[in-house]
Amino acid sequence: MAVPILKQGKYLIASIQSALTDSDMVSLREDLMEQVGRYRSRGIIIDVTALDVMDSFASRSLRNIAYMTKLRGAETVLVGIQAEVAYAMVQLGTNLEEVNTALDLEEGLAFLDQLT
Amino acid sequence: MLVDGSPPSGESSEEIVGIASDADVVTARHTGRRVAESVGFTGSDLTMISTAISELARNIIRYAVTGEVVVSPISEGSRVGVMVVARDNGPGIPDLDLAMRDGFTTGTGMGLGLPGARRLMDEFAIASQVGEGTTVVVKKWTRGL
Repeated sequence: MAVPILKQGKYLIASIQSALTDSDMVSLREDLMEQVGRYRSRGIIIDVTALDVMDSFASRSLRNIAYMTKLRGAETVLVGIQAEVAYAMVQLGTNLEEVNTALDLEEGLAFLDQLT
Repeated sequence: MLVDGSPPSGESSEEIVGIASDADVVTARHTGRRVAESVGFTGSDLTMISTAISELARNIIRYAVTGEVVVSPISEGSRVGVMVVARDNGPGIPDLDLAMRDGFTTGTGMGLGLPGARRLMDEFAIASQVGEGTTVVVKKWTRGL
């Protein structure tokens, strides 16, 4: 299922609605890369509140998206990582340290406003 | 308690998910979550079980192309849990010690699949034969009554 991306001013907001297959994740990356250029976006929020699992593939994909879009001039913030998901990510050993995170959409927007 | 090896009424028994595409990875972890819930797991345990299944199923797609994931409720004495068997007839793993090392990968991943799945679960066993395939068995037990 495709991830809807909303343009809000100088930001893009991608809200993941349900469990993503690997190919959905690849589409999300391509869509964000394209829209950052088209809308000259300065910031991206990826909302993962609906994700009940963040495995190594999802983590790596999100980290890559954050880095690729940063190379295009946009700062990414990951919002909505659930407490149980955070716990499992630490057990699994995924590393998202270099990715900006915020508790929810509101905090994410506040964070981007400070940065951009 | 199990009687004559039959599952207790009201609980689901073994569930098999064929793994052949990335969509099956999602199906396998949803199935795992459902079985784990029926056994009595809650909260972060459910997330850890689903995450481990996701890693094992993705390994099948990445290295063996096809295989299956079997999730079953298990019990031993008074404790209950869930067992996940991930098996394939792929190329096998020549060096298991290396494959269990964090960050080691022959593919493009993070190299967290097997060691990560071991950390997420309570018990972990792997058997692999080059040219024959790989079977990973993991278990998790509920925390008390």
